[in-house]
Amino acid sequence: MAQPAATESWSGGNEPMKAEYGKLMMWFFLVSDALTFTGFLTAYGFMRFGHEATWPIAEDVFTHFPGIEGDQPLLYVAFMTFVLIMSSVTMVIAVNAGHQLKKTAVAWWMIATIVGGLIFVGSQAWEWYHFIIGDKGGIELADGRVLKVAEAQTGEVLSLSQLVDGEAGHASNHLEKFGSGEVKTAFEANEGLVLQSPGKGHAQLTRAESLRLIQNAQVVQGANMKHNEYGQGQFANFFFFITGFHGFHVFSGVIFNIIIFYNVLLGTYERRKSYQMVEKVGLYWHFVDLVWVFVFTFFYLV
Amino acid sequence: MSDSSSPAGTRWIWNIFWLLLVVTGVEVALGIIKPTFLLFPLAGTSILNLIFIGLTLVKAAYIVQYFMHLKYETQSLRMAIYLPALVLIPYLTFILLYEGVEVYGY
Repeated sequence: MAQPAATESWSGGNEPMKAEYGKLMMWFFLVSDALTFTGFLTAYGFMRFGHEATWPIAEDVFTHFPGIEGDQPLLYVAFMTFVLIMSSVTMVIAVNAGHQLKKTAVAWWMIATIVGGLIFVGSQAWEWYHFIIGDKGGIELADGRVLKVAEAQTGEVLSLSQLVDGEAGHASNHLEKFGSGEVKTAFEANEGLVLQSPGKGHAQLTRAESLRLIQNAQVVQGANMKHNEYGQGQFANFFFFITGFHGFHVFSGVIFNIIIFYNVLLGTYERRKSYQMVEKVGLYWHFVDLVWVFVFTFFYLV
Repeated sequence: MSDSSSPAGTRWIWNIFWLLLVVTGVEVALGIIKPTFLLFPLAGTSILNLIFIGLTLVKAAYIVQYFMHLKYETQSLRMAIYLPALVLIPYLTFILLYEGVEVYGY
């Protein structure tokens, strides 16, 4: 194409970045969204660097895997990561098929992507459920610190159920609720127990100090926006906010994918001879995967 | 169209899939084992955490470059995406982590 005269440059129709308008705007939206997530994750880092001693360690918090007894740190979140990467792959294949105008292939690979997205959102709901009902339970002191009951010798954390019921207790409480009174009585009766910090280094209080502080303490089980049994209060807030915001992105991505999938079936893009819309929702979908890569590292690994 | 330069077939997609899977597998394995010799402190954190961050950036680069196709776009589009992200994100990260330590005092 010949170089347009200066006045013609302003009459529209140029694509200096050789990308269609909608795709370009999707990219710019994703940059701004990336900066939003940066704000959340760095704010998390800011609080965590300031409260290293009481900040819960993720592998002590997310320990469940459906159908497997006992502690399985990282396994469930690794599964979720796998699902999201896999759905990203099916999305690329759908976009690829779109370039070759293969309607049926685009439709099938988009179904696979949607299913992957739904499995991910469902997994997140499962994880939230376990986070909210709680695991081992904690002791919230009068000054707001949340500590764990642990063996002074080994540093092994006891669940409230193990504390109160002894040998018959479960390693995680789940739905069983314990009163402050019975927890205090059981704690006083067992000479080998102290209160232990949930954060890095698992610093322990002395037995005498533990006994003094537990007098005005409350039992916390599970997590909400005000109290959580895992440690520093903001940890639960950040968990709800960051994984919630990401989960909402996945959810809306699934909705977008379903709309575009429906249009694929109607033959809209077949008539246009262009599957650009699949590419645009594909960009959004990969971005969701990209954010999860960072959430996985900074929330669960580091 | 800009997509004319992207590789043909789907083989390259599966290659990247395996790469992402293996890198994630390594991260999970290191996260579960936490080898003590990698917990050595470095740059305000540990070698292990720096490895995690490095592997994360590798995964992110592959997703953006190949899955999001940015490698094959025009240079002006690439720069419009990369520059704000690569300047502002490390900048904000540095400020907030530095201040986090300062504000709460060690």
